[in-house]
Amino acid sequence: MGSHIAFQSLRLEKVGRTFGAMNALQDLTLEIKRGEFIALLGPSGCGKSTALNCIAGLLATTSGAIWLDDVRIDTLAVEDRGFGMVFQNYALFPHMTVRSNIGFGLRMRGVAKAELERRVDAAIRTVRLESQAHKLPGQLSGGQQQRVAIARAIAIDPPLVLMDEPLSNLDAKLRLEMRQEIRRIHQDLGGVTIYVTHDQDEALSLADRIVVLREGMIRQVGTPEDLYLRPAHIDVAEFMGFRNRLEGTLISDGSVQPMARASADFGGTVLEGVALHSLPGPAVTAAIRPDDLTPVDANHPGIDATVEAFEYRGRDFFGTARTPAGVELFFRSEVPLHAGEAVRLSADPSKILIYQGGAA
Amino acid sequence: MSGSAIPFRVRLAASGLDGVTLLVIPAMVLILALFVYPFSYGLILSFHPKDGSFLGNYGHFFSDPFLYGTIYTTLALALPVTLLNLVAAVPVAFRIRRMRHQRLITTILVLPITLGTVLVAEGMLNYFGPQGWFIRTLSILGLGSPASIKLVHNYWGVFLSLVITGFPFTFLLTLSYVSGIDVALENAAATLGARSAARFRTIFLPLLAPGLAITFCLSFVQAYSVFPSAVLLGAPAGPTRVISIAAYEAAFEQYDYSLASAIAMVMGAVQLVVVVGVLMSRSLFYRGPAAGAKG
Repeated sequence: MGSHIAFQSLRLEKVGRTFGAMNALQDLTLEIKRGEFIALLGPSGCGKSTALNCIAGLLATTSGAIWLDDVRIDTLAVEDRGFGMVFQNYALFPHMTVRSNIGFGLRMRGVAKAELERRVDAAIRTVRLESQAHKLPGQLSGGQQQRVAIARAIAIDPPLVLMDEPLSNLDAKLRLEMRQEIRRIHQDLGGVTIYVTHDQDEALSLADRIVVLREGMIRQVGTPEDLYLRPAHIDVAEFMGFRNRLEGTLISDGSVQPMARASADFGGTVLEGVALHSLPGPAVTAAIRPDDLTPVDANHPGIDATVEAFEYRGRDFFGTARTPAGVELFFRSEVPLHAGEAVRLSADPSKILIYQGGAA
Repeated sequence: MSGSAIPFRVRLAASGLDGVTLLVIPAMVLILALFVYPFSYGLILSFHPKDGSFLGNYGHFFSDPFLYGTIYTTLALALPVTLLNLVAAVPVAFRIRRMRHQRLITTILVLPITLGTVLVAEGMLNYFGPQGWFIRTLSILGLGSPASIKLVHNYWGVFLSLVITGFPFTFLLTLSYVSGIDVALENAAATLGARSAARFRTIFLPLLAPGLAITFCLSFVQAYSVFPSAVLLGAPAGPTRVISIAAYEAAFEQYDYSLASAIAMVMGAVQLVVVVGVLMSRSLFYRGPAAGAKG
């Protein structure tokens, strides 16, 4: 499958969409190469579904243009774009069998019967539903229904497969299985997959590149590694698991260059960290992952706090503590502690990210 | 009481009979008093004609063209009217489903229901009458003269009034069925290349068919029992002598309640035949939930 998908790139140029006075999507500019798996990641209301629907043609754009190589597609009707779309609630045709659902797009294209049967068979094999082919969607489990939805979308050999939170209605175990299936199907197909999700694990494990959206705007575009290690913005950092946020004052005078070490005063404690962007100072925020924040001896610099809760996690312990200023901290510990105990917490300077700006 | 531990009430409740079951009683009483009893009474009465023979009334009805002809006259009104209302209601419902002021427009469309058939008939007598606005406008535009167009006191008068009073009912039912279809299904079909006509044919129509069949039945029964507008707007002596008029005449002009009951039974049987026929055709279609996913 997919051998005849011949295009080089999908380009979004300053794509925007407004609803009345609200900007649901602003200046979305992105170039996607053939073969890429792109995740649109963000909390609900960030514009990721709007972006997907604009690309699919289910929603008209209010500004910008979308190009598939040299063909402008944002002016085409949804029926003429020929993209496969997988919906959050599957949207299977309840009155048609699995086979008939999967063959729908091919029938609409007037594909000859023998060819149609062959391609439907191939799509059914791809999602491993051979034994369910003659059932109605209502007779299938949620995971099977989602496979049908995927098969229906890929049966037309689309250059672009759009997926709108396809796994959010499935249970945790099935989600993991389906993730691997989706990745495999993407590789078989060879086109572009754009995958909308609010789950960072899903985005990190599936995507070649992740687009983080917030309030209708791109916050960061990068590989999963980029985002995980070097989130460009405090919001992105929070989304990538930097649950601890400490507000402080920059110590070094003047601007700090990107990727340089910076020291800041956090309520009397001086911590050193990495500045991903230049820091004009003085108000800064440090972001630290719970796994990197650990108890240290009293003779090391660290944040003093009181343990509030503590739990056993198997290999180590996970705790929450609160500073005298009232900031809640999440940390990891090798040794058991008790609620009410005083603890001094610190992290390796390379694991502390320092961002411009204070209270968010 | 024996030693068996499960009390009678608990066992009753387990088989679905408990205090809540008593809530059915008011409805049961109502159905018995207002439907089952009068219907049985009429049915028995219809077998006791004046001449004393068992099937005398039915024999009389089916041998007199003035009586049995009313079956056809009524069908000739009710079937086209119901079909027209249904065919008109579907596109309107589709359009309104996507509109923002849905409630306002629905209210306007449903208004004729609240007016009642008599008020509508009176209004139509003026509006569509020989000196009414409609005919006068047509004649000013040179599209006809009062002498050539006749829209009241004939078949068309009753037809129009049934459309006006029946459409809101048909439309409301249709709208509820149309709204019940998940929008995502249409979106999915569109992304797969189906244009609007194909989407209607392959997705909406099969999913709507069972609901439209029910709508047809309910609308048809309403139209088949037409009475006030057939008298006020039609020609009750001839072209619009519907079956309810025949029953009315038997009961209140000839004072033959037995014959009137027999006519009512024939009327019910004709409706039943049409309704059962239409409902049976539903089995040709998918009848499950019209959503794209489980639950």
